[in-house]
Amino acid sequence: MTARIGVVTFPGTLDDRDTQRAVRVAGAEAVPLWHRDKDLKQVDAVVLPGGFSYGDYLRAGAISRFSPVMESVIGQARDGMPVLGICNGFQVLTEAHLLPGAMLRNTDLHFVCRDQRLRVETSGTAWTADYAAGQEISIPLKNIDGRYTADEHVLDELEAEGRVVFRYATGGPAADGYGNPNGSLRDIAGITNAAGNVVGLMPHPEHAVEALTGTGRTDGLGFFTSVLKKLVSA
Amino acid sequence: MPVARVVVDVMLKPEILDPQGQAVQRALPRLGFDGISDVRQGKRFELEVDGPVDDAALARIRQLAETFLANTVIEDFAVKVES
Repeated sequence: MTARIGVVTFPGTLDDRDTQRAVRVAGAEAVPLWHRDKDLKQVDAVVLPGGFSYGDYLRAGAISRFSPVMESVIGQARDGMPVLGICNGFQVLTEAHLLPGAMLRNTDLHFVCRDQRLRVETSGTAWTADYAAGQEISIPLKNIDGRYTADEHVLDELEAEGRVVFRYATGGPAADGYGNPNGSLRDIAGITNAAGNVVGLMPHPEHAVEALTGTGRTDGLGFFTSVLKKLVSA
Repeated sequence: MPVARVVVDVMLKPEILDPQGQAVQRALPRLGFDGISDVRQGKRFELEVDGPVDDAALARIRQLAETFLANTVIEDFAVKVES
């Protein structure tokens, strides 16, 4: 049976179609979910894609966190359903308190758009099993509110429990996508919850799944194939 | 029906870096304003409330501020009634 992966569209979501396509390229069925609808249509996993839900008018992700669909997503995420939040989706996950911390305006106040190098810190999540710890990948990044922040106690806890999933890779020129693009504390680009089923990250794997489009790399495909394996083995 | 105004001020916590406030502060000498050593930028919400602002109404507004208007992971807030 084909796995069904839901992709939520909020008003202002931009990357839902790319995300649906990435799901299909990985071999799953993409199920569009509308934010006003509580019904998750019996999907096996959910992706909250990137964009500017509700225009980011209050704070990025703050208003969409109260959309009816989120009530169902929060409930099922707590029961173990895999949930991936990309960029604005990551912001929604922090606002919903499914992931700790918060997202702030980039330190340099600029919108950053570039191919970004990431170091995979753990393969022990529903969305990263097809990567290896220590592996470097390059996927697009585009945000203005991407500065991950949490208090020292929370950061220490994330590190101690191996819940920092991605860091911005350093050690090369910024022109090649190295370095911290937004001032995120401890170079954090993505984190997971304690159970490993909820992952949020700022860069966009869904834009790097086919050689002919985007960056020309397919480094992002592993997110979607990882969750498929997880669902098949569950 | 009487309408009262309740103001909710939201500020980044003191320990959180505020690059927007810093950008404003850096512009001040260019504009001829000297002697201002720090600027932090916040948000002010003005709520027009129908009916009296009694303790129950204020409690509801505090809850609104805590769950929605402010993200208490990064922000502090203050609620005051304007007469």
